[in-house]
Amino acid sequence: MNELSVNHLLGIKYLNKKDIQLIFETADHFKEVINRPIKKVPSLRDITIANLFFENSTRTKLSFELAEKRLSADVINFSSAQSSVKKGETLVDTVNNILSMKVDMVVMRHPNPGAGVFLSKHINASIINAGDGAHEHPTQALLDSYSIREKLGEVKGKKVVIVGDILHSRVALSNIFALQLQGAEVMVCGPKTLIPKYIDKLGVKVETDLKKALNWCDVANMLRVQNERMDISYFPSTREYSQQFGVTKSLLDNIGKEIIIMHPGPINRGVEITSDVADSKQAIILDQVQNGVAVRMAVIYLLASKIKQ
Amino acid sequence: MSQKVLLNAKEVNIILHRLACQLIEKHDDFSNTVLIGLQPKGIFLANRLAKILKEDYKIKEIKLGQLDITFYRDDFRRREKPLEANTTEINVLVEDKNIVFIDDVLYTGRSIRAALTAIQSFGRPNEIELLALIDRRFSRHLPIQPDYRGRQVDVINNEKVKVNWSEQDKEDSVYLIEK
Repeated sequence: MNELSVNHLLGIKYLNKKDIQLIFETADHFKEVINRPIKKVPSLRDITIANLFFENSTRTKLSFELAEKRLSADVINFSSAQSSVKKGETLVDTVNNILSMKVDMVVMRHPNPGAGVFLSKHINASIINAGDGAHEHPTQALLDSYSIREKLGEVKGKKVVIVGDILHSRVALSNIFALQLQGAEVMVCGPKTLIPKYIDKLGVKVETDLKKALNWCDVANMLRVQNERMDISYFPSTREYSQQFGVTKSLLDNIGKEIIIMHPGPINRGVEITSDVADSKQAIILDQVQNGVAVRMAVIYLLASKIKQ
Repeated sequence: MSQKVLLNAKEVNIILHRLACQLIEKHDDFSNTVLIGLQPKGIFLANRLAKILKEDYKIKEIKLGQLDITFYRDDFRRREKPLEANTTEINVLVEDKNIVFIDDVLYTGRSIRAALTAIQSFGRPNEIELLALIDRRFSRHLPIQPDYRGRQVDVINNEKVKVNWSEQDKEDSVYLIEK
């Protein structure tokens, strides 16, 4: 059987097309598993995984923890708020201390871009990046593509627009890499101030008119405005933002075709997406969450199978 | 690499009919029975037996499933290459049913051990039996024996039993292959 070309999942950037295909095929099997009466398999009984969250997270942390438990791995959790990081310990020291307790795999979220790559050079364990600053969030991009594949049959040839705060978004960058690897066309749409300069060099289209973007696409992935990462004001007011870049029911009704609405969560209802759109049939937001567990199980399983005894 | 024919198409066919009759003896009209083919090769045998039971012995309804044991194996991370999973399809409730596991070759018994664990994810069966087309004697690592066996063979360690099905290979046959 094929195996992943990498020993860590640090970003989509490091994967190839075959890796993504393998992850999706494995996730198909795990999706069947998590819909059984007993949703657990014993594959990873001898693996211990540490979830290190140096930044807040609800969905991703729960999703990873559930995926790990459904594979029967032992799980330890760590969040920086209650830890010795506050006492001045370095990242490598913190992680090495945890690894000396015989941990095989690390799932890490960190506010600094490249934290995962840095760690992979200093420690001896498989690392899964669960989001590093505004850099990458590979499992989110994988589950987004997996959800598109599930809904539309394939990702190849589909037109996907990513709307909103592209500048501060790790989901956007990972999604661009993942979608392009699979042969989809990608557009980003948002206020000019929230679109990074030279993003067109990645081969994506740039649009500042939401209506035009929605007319063009098959799938719209709506991102949250990350106020917590904004040190200056990027647009005049939330009200103005939602008028220009918020998806509403009437906007969708007027484009003459049914497009799929995605959102990585957490949703700010009434800002980037109205409640009636978020709860409509076009929105596959909750499917994304369910697929997240299956995709993360696949990633953990495939990486764990590369850890030799 | 030398190979020897253990069973040809005609012999396979006779054995399948005999196994079908033995199943009928125990399971009557199959109303409370589920046949479970074990992935990957056991499903061909299970499908074939179901077909014979329906067409030649007029059993009205056969409940058939396929079970993949990849995630339940005990050799995860002990192999060079990762294990490839197959589809599991069990669309019937196994609770209180009589289950018959169906596999082509019974060798160490480890797959059956995994299957016994795997099936519990779908409920608590009343009884589980095992049907194997080829039973390799003296090679078990676990105390597992078949309830129905097609042919018992003695195979030494550097030999392999290969079962071919016309659905996938060219013909129905069983070979003994020297590795």
